[in-house]
Amino acid sequence: MWRKVLRWFFGEMVYDWETWGPRRKVREVLKQLLIQLFLFTVLVTVLFPVLWIFSMALDPRNIDKPLELTLFPPGASFRSFRTVLFEPYRLLCKDPSDVSTCMTFARLMWNSIKVSLGTAVFSVVMGSSAAYAFSRFRFIGRQVGMLGFIVLLMLPGVATITPLYVILSAVKIGQESLRATLLGLAIAYASGTLPFAIWNLKGYFDTVPKDLEEAALIDGAGPLQAFIRIMIPLSAPALAITILFAFMSGWTEFLMAWLFLSDPNRFTLAMALQSMRGQYATPWSIFSAFSIVMSIPILILFYLLQRYIVSGLAMGAVKG
Amino acid sequence: MAATVSSPPRSRTDWGRRLRESLRAWTYIAPAALIMFFITLIPQAYQIWMAFTNFRIQNLRFNIFDPSTWSQYAPSWVWFDNFLRIIRSDLPIQNYNFGRLLLFNVVWTISNVAFHVILGVAIALALNSRYVIGRRVYRAFYVIPWAMPSLITAVTWRNMYDDRFGAINLLLAKLNELLGLNLPTGIKWLIQAIPPIGGLLSFLPLAFYCALVANIWLGWPFMSVVATGALQAIPAELYEAAEVDGASAWQKFWRITVPLLRPAMVPAIMLGSIWTFNQFNVIYFITEGGPLGRTEILVTQAYKLVLQHRLYGIASAFSIVVFFILLIFTLINNRVTRATEAYDVA
Repeated sequence: MWRKVLRWFFGEMVYDWETWGPRRKVREVLKQLLIQLFLFTVLVTVLFPVLWIFSMALDPRNIDKPLELTLFPPGASFRSFRTVLFEPYRLLCKDPSDVSTCMTFARLMWNSIKVSLGTAVFSVVMGSSAAYAFSRFRFIGRQVGMLGFIVLLMLPGVATITPLYVILSAVKIGQESLRATLLGLAIAYASGTLPFAIWNLKGYFDTVPKDLEEAALIDGAGPLQAFIRIMIPLSAPALAITILFAFMSGWTEFLMAWLFLSDPNRFTLAMALQSMRGQYATPWSIFSAFSIVMSIPILILFYLLQRYIVSGLAMGAVKG
Repeated sequence: MAATVSSPPRSRTDWGRRLRESLRAWTYIAPAALIMFFITLIPQAYQIWMAFTNFRIQNLRFNIFDPSTWSQYAPSWVWFDNFLRIIRSDLPIQNYNFGRLLLFNVVWTISNVAFHVILGVAIALALNSRYVIGRRVYRAFYVIPWAMPSLITAVTWRNMYDDRFGAINLLLAKLNELLGLNLPTGIKWLIQAIPPIGGLLSFLPLAFYCALVANIWLGWPFMSVVATGALQAIPAELYEAAEVDGASAWQKFWRITVPLLRPAMVPAIMLGSIWTFNQFNVIYFITEGGPLGRTEILVTQAYKLVLQHRLYGIASAFSIVVFFILLIFTLINNRVTRATEAYDVA
């Protein structure tokens, strides 16, 4: 047990140490010291901003801004986290005079989850279907189609917000226009993530040998079955990347959301963060606590999918 | 289905099969294509049309589906006037200079990506030795800057550079107190207009270096992760063979590590360049383009043209200009990285 712990922390050095001669030992120790110095310096710079927002979030005094640098401010408490998580957001209310119509963290987060999951599902389903066709079929308009998607990836869309507003307003779902709904937002975000998803997935699908599918087809599977049983499991890393990127863009986008949504009941976390930024009265402790809580789901998703991240970017194959 | 991949069709039946195959392929693509058509392509076409008109706030009532708005609200054609005014820096807004904007955007991209790659590879190399103590712990922490939503990273760094309450000046004050130094503690990081480095680099204000540091912080882990993946794929036998031949560590690095890292790093650099070229969040939240518009990049300028100045026609023309610049930049980038590749093989 203790050996396992030692090995986890010290790496292979634990095994080889006994067998090294004294000169090798001195050399390895010196090398180790230099590398540790470097890595530790990097670690400090990585953690500095993170620790700073933590220390601000722990500040109980509810002062606007911090006046000194401390890891644990006097009387540190989790009060701002409690405020962020359980108190209503008075800036985001349907009726400003009635607190019960104000947004709460749970409702903001639920909206964010709906938009982000929607974006991820649209991207991965439509993206993998299109990428599969581009990778496996030879058909009329293939080259033009591929190029079309990459050009759309590069066209900046800043001024397209106005026409998009008009188009999505013209589509009605029941009484409402699609523009003001979370579904409309998810579709709009998906169109932003689709070009990259299609190119990346296509590059990855190209690396999966065709023989596997052919074998499945000979065994009597339909094309759809071959796709689901063979392609999907073998391309898990690229699919994971697509989901991660799409989810992240839905989680953090606020410009379009801010322009399109009008009902505060549909507001998302990113919009709440943006509204706090504009409001000078928001204490930095609240702001920091909110940032931390909002980052946690993304961090968890990132660590869960971490082993796929490098292999999932079809680096090299992306060239097409 | 792969069996249907065939040489060019010769007879009628071949054409029939090809048509059927195409139809099936396009049904697979249809959902994505439809979304892209309505959400991206039509607005882009609309944007191209706007780019040739003097579309302004009073034309917003114009609705292409409603002919009754046409005569009253339709903008008038100005043809290439918007483009010319953009390039000639002849716009009714302050601190706008196209040449400076473009130069700044390119310098911003190259400096950032260079730091990302050098730092990312150096850190991946340091962590690559099996003997490094605590490498898993380091790796777990090193992902944080990449995993944090860039919106939050940017806002946090903006607060850190605050001249009175920001962590950087507070840290300097703390160092003065602990070590008895006399560092300045009231630097206006983002506002000060006097460039810290004169001469050729005098077009870069202090705020540029601040945004650069923040963007290096959030950008190197991606390069490091890509480099780690590539390093792990290098067979250990290569190094062993080189050792037998008496190669030094330096030689091993340049003859084995660098050439074998390149195939993975080139696409990552291309991707990173496009991301950095359009790094909206960092510039918009940290420097807001200031001081005096000197840290504005193309996308933040385009955004301001729409939402601040409401010059829709000019903003549309601006997006098209940005597209062509990005296209040229990518082509040059592609050329340069490929050229070096060929040089190394030879």
